[in-house]
Amino acid sequence: MEQTNFQLKKQKSQSNDWSARLHHATRATREDWMGKGISYLCIGVIILVVASMLWFITSKGVATFTQNHVSLTKFLFGTNWAPDQGHIGALPMIVGSFAVTFAAAIVATPFAVGTAIFMTEISPNKGRKLLQPVIELLVGIPSVVYGFIGLAVVVPFMRHVVGGSGFGIISATFVLFVMVLPTIMSMTVDSLRAVPRHFKEASLALGATRWQTVSRVILRSATPGILTAVIFGMARAFGEALAVQMVIGNAAIMPKNLISPASTLTSQLTTGIGDTIDGTLPNNALWSLALILLLMSLFFNALVRVIAKRGQLKHER
Amino acid sequence: MNKGTKLAMGIATISLLLVGCGKATSSTSSKSSSSEALSGKVTAVGSTALQPLAAKAGANFQAKNSKVNLTVQGGGSGTGLSQVQAGAVSIGNSDIFAEEKAGIKADKLTDHKVAVVGMAPVVNKDAGIKNLKMAQVKQIFTGKITNWKEVGGKDQKIVIINRAQGSGTRATFENAVLKGATAVKSQEQDSNGAVQKIVATTPGAISYLAFSYFTNKLQAVSIDNVTPTDNNVENNKWKIWSYEHMYTKGTPDKAVAAFLKYMDSKTVQDSLVKDMGYISIHDMKVTKDAKGTVTQN
Repeated sequence: MEQTNFQLKKQKSQSNDWSARLHHATRATREDWMGKGISYLCIGVIILVVASMLWFITSKGVATFTQNHVSLTKFLFGTNWAPDQGHIGALPMIVGSFAVTFAAAIVATPFAVGTAIFMTEISPNKGRKLLQPVIELLVGIPSVVYGFIGLAVVVPFMRHVVGGSGFGIISATFVLFVMVLPTIMSMTVDSLRAVPRHFKEASLALGATRWQTVSRVILRSATPGILTAVIFGMARAFGEALAVQMVIGNAAIMPKNLISPASTLTSQLTTGIGDTIDGTLPNNALWSLALILLLMSLFFNALVRVIAKRGQLKHER
Repeated sequence: MNKGTKLAMGIATISLLLVGCGKATSSTSSKSSSSEALSGKVTAVGSTALQPLAAKAGANFQAKNSKVNLTVQGGGSGTGLSQVQAGAVSIGNSDIFAEEKAGIKADKLTDHKVAVVGMAPVVNKDAGIKNLKMAQVKQIFTGKITNWKEVGGKDQKIVIINRAQGSGTRATFENAVLKGATAVKSQEQDSNGAVQKIVATTPGAISYLAFSYFTNKLQAVSIDNVTPTDNNVENNKWKIWSYEHMYTKGTPDKAVAAFLKYMDSKTVQDSLVKDMGYISIHDMKVTKDAKGTVTQN
């Protein structure tokens, strides 16, 4: 706005013949307006979409409790999931989701951090030429392909090694491990690269070995970034539906061990949603599962922000 | 130009866009109601078991009536029934009677039976099972029998693979076999294809499939020495079968009515239906109602 006024004044001083034009916006100003208009439009649409999704899922998910009068504790801590008969204990799915998420993160993190250290500290050249394309390839593979490989390779393998039917949390963990690995790895690489060069140089100058430098200086100062990476990986694992559904077995029973069939929130949603009727308890119950998923992803996002803030404070000190 | 004006401008632009969208849809719908030759829009949504047949028949129908815009989508029987009830689609495909589904007002819908599908238990070949008694099948799926040796097979644990709760195939199977008993909690898969693959590769697995999904990699099981064949379904010797329904709400418009008529025609029933592994509605010697009562034709 100030700029426009400035331009106006400038033009006025140059020539009085232009006075007629001065009452109209210049081309640059109009372009400016248009650019702003388009930006606002885009922002508006995005906000509208996000807000309506939040509202939609919440209102549908809450209907289980307001319309069907199921108590929240029964939903969260009940273990009998048979919506057609009116039982909607969602604990088996909640436990299943958390189990595969944490297991996948625990397995994937050491591999991801190790590879990231190799790519940034040990052999950046090979890392860029060899591993970077591999990571990008892993990211690009659609989840249904992971699921197929899981069904054709991981499930029979688990059946031979640990027994049972091969379907279960352990198979899902293996598939998710490969799926979250690139997420955690690439973000860890970024956070390792962001460690100031002088940290490393000072450490080496003090006589620390490369291992000591990596383990005590670089990893230490990159910890918030690595934690963020792990949480992003967990968020992906928590929300993954198709690949998990194909290998976990989808049995809505409390998982007793890692090799018996279990189910997750997402796998129950994808298997069930097509067969339920709008406005009935089985349908509402599925929306409640979706609401839990939504709240969890909001929680993961919030966690990332908190960690990022903590990390910043540390750097300032 | 202050912030408020800009915001107003933004809102105005959005609403203009929305109005534009609204106009576009209204113009197409007005087009569909004009009726010189057979034209219009037919959307059939629902059952994945009926989807291949409906899609193929729809393509053939559209080849003859190029002005009709016909789309067939899956989504499951529940989706089909609820969408047609809501008036969102013209045809709701379902494996089960609307009466069987809670939340559906069946008296508001019109049933058009377009085919019959037989279903049978299938087991992994290693189990060494070719025939079971009906009572044994029930005991297996309710968790009373857990090893194949109890029914004359190998000493191998039984792995039950169910379809998702609310699936049409599962409802048909449970009505015919469990007769009100509750199935034991077990693995659930959401499609015939997944069941087919998993039963073929998992030792000791049992599930149930529509006849058209049988392969030589898995063993279809006879029940009480009745083999699962089309002929046995037609005279109701084989008990596990269901209609494929196309439901409409209110009076169907011309294009929908013509398509439903086409589905019931000899062209479809005598060739396409059989070619694709379904049983023709014309060949049935019995009729089953929503309560499961079977009467001779």
